[in-house]
Amino acid sequence: MTVLRLAAKSLANRWLTALLTVLAIAVSVVLLLGVEKLRTGAKASFANTISGTDLIIGARSGGLQLLLYSVFRIGNATNNMTWRSYEAIKARGEVKWIVPLSLGDSHRGFRVLGTTANYFDHYQFRRGRHLEFAQGTRFSDLFDAVIGSDVADALGYKTGDKIIVAHGTGAIGINKHDDKPFRVSGVLAKTGTPVDRTVHVSLEAIEAIHIGWDGGSRQAGRTMSAEAVRRLDLKPKAITAALVGLKSKISIFTLQRYVNTYRSEPLTAILPAATLYELWGLIGTAEAALLVVSIMVVITALLGMATMILATLNERRREIAILRSVGAGPGTVIGLLVSEAGLLTFAGVVMGLLLTYVGLFALQPLIDDHYGLFLEIVPPTAMEIGVLGLILAGGVLAGLLPAWRAYRQSLADGMMVRA
Amino acid sequence: MNAGEAERTETRDVVAMADVSFAWPGASGFALAIDRFTLAKGRKVLLLGPSGSGKSTLLSLLAGIVSPNRGRIEILGTDITPLSSTRRDRFRAEHVGVIFQMFNLLPYGSALDNVVLPLAFAPERRQRANQGGGEAHEARRLLLALGLPEERITRSAGELSVGQQQRVAAARALIGGPELIIADEPTSALDDDAKGRFLELLFHQLDAAGASLLMVSHETELGQHFDEVIRLDEVIARRETA
Repeated sequence: MTVLRLAAKSLANRWLTALLTVLAIAVSVVLLLGVEKLRTGAKASFANTISGTDLIIGARSGGLQLLLYSVFRIGNATNNMTWRSYEAIKARGEVKWIVPLSLGDSHRGFRVLGTTANYFDHYQFRRGRHLEFAQGTRFSDLFDAVIGSDVADALGYKTGDKIIVAHGTGAIGINKHDDKPFRVSGVLAKTGTPVDRTVHVSLEAIEAIHIGWDGGSRQAGRTMSAEAVRRLDLKPKAITAALVGLKSKISIFTLQRYVNTYRSEPLTAILPAATLYELWGLIGTAEAALLVVSIMVVITALLGMATMILATLNERRREIAILRSVGAGPGTVIGLLVSEAGLLTFAGVVMGLLLTYVGLFALQPLIDDHYGLFLEIVPPTAMEIGVLGLILAGGVLAGLLPAWRAYRQSLADGMMVRA
Repeated sequence: MNAGEAERTETRDVVAMADVSFAWPGASGFALAIDRFTLAKGRKVLLLGPSGSGKSTLLSLLAGIVSPNRGRIEILGTDITPLSSTRRDRFRAEHVGVIFQMFNLLPYGSALDNVVLPLAFAPERRQRANQGGGEAHEARRLLLALGLPEERITRSAGELSVGQQQRVAAARALIGGPELIIADEPTSALDDDAKGRFLELLFHQLDAAGASLLMVSHETELGQHFDEVIRLDEVIARRETA
């Protein structure tokens, strides 16, 4: 239709302002969607980190803290639990499996986790997936280590390489267990969880490298050679935490009560999922604040568009007067301006959506590398599409203001055509 | 058709205004009153008056873009004053062609686009225009008849000279054969030679279509071309700026 074609040409003639308006809307959409994707991605990443574990047990502290250090390797344990307590829990009838975790050492910035070989059987992530080996096997020798895929990628390790573990968890270990090097026996496949950034060794190895150590430093004259250590009883005295799987979900609370009221030492048992909810509750305020800021930016962009259209009305008075003179009614004038607003908003939304996904694909590996946050790229959710629909409706609504003004102006102008 | 019927049709007024008064909205609005004004079918009438004398207001009233506070405005026997603004828009689209002083065209469209523009709002005119071999064909015929060079027809309107733009505006007013053409100083931007030539071509097309013309201007010397010259202050009984 001629009128629409001419309107499109009129818009094309103002392409620079139109493009900038579309860009402003697109950027606001990117922000809104990006915040949403990061939020849901971070949640999913957290929620996907541990699966199939019924309880996590550690020394008494906050449940959240226990979850963060035992599973996410964030922060440090304030206290250990004794091996005796571990044995006592293991002996309980409800327990199907139990995996001990011992943390506190590191290798070039990556945490070292002491555990047992059944860790590789029972640790599950992303709704029941098991760990898989990209290369090599589990640890069989005392000084064998299994490394996560990020460790292998970042440090260029492969099976058979020798690595040295440092005491403490700083990026640069000052106190090194350099008298007892480890051999990489296996490299795990990528999981998108903190496992990727972990060096796994046996509990006995953790015990072995700390012989002759006291208070975080090597005690002169009390160290033993790697070979001598092998002949000792390396049963650990304490561990950091334990992952527990139960025979029946019904007994979760029975065991939890048992652990929480354990007499010999103060312990805590947490349900991973419930504690994650606690975490969401904690960051909910920040999420809401981010969302409010994003919505404000979208509103600003739409107001900017209304301003742009209003500003062009003066130069378009002539265009509108001509249309009125050939018989265009208020419907046509208002319709043209509203559809222009709708078109610009639509273009902005589509561009924003494209930019968001381009950004996601481009940034996914970087975010994974730098923050250990693996964002799964999924198509827009129904909720996101709904939000985009709302933005479009908002754009049309914002277009009504200049449209109404243009119509009023055309009435006041009558048959006068202004330059 | 017998002679009597033909006579009645011939003498019927295209425009008849009676007891009209109008004031632009707003405190400083311009107001005017017209006791009586008629334009007979087929006539070409020049309304003479300086700018600020109420010409544009009169044309706005005739086009139905604004409605008087009081009085009757009959176009082709239809009193447009009681019509809703939408019906007035529709009536204007079908029956009135408008030529402005300048800035007549949408600069982004071609000359052809501009000529067929009113047909989008006027189904009857569209139908009539289509009878002669299609809208574009009819538009092209009018443009050539009004003296627009062939190669300019598909050019962007913004590239045309002022004289060429006025020819396009005239073709737009004429396409599909509306009964009344109103023109607001369409020749004021043209030089003297072009004025006469433009009016000659315009009148030729008006006669071919049987349309009537009401043109306002301040240029007394144009009077020689018209059937009738009326001074605007004879029509407008009273005007004031409040």
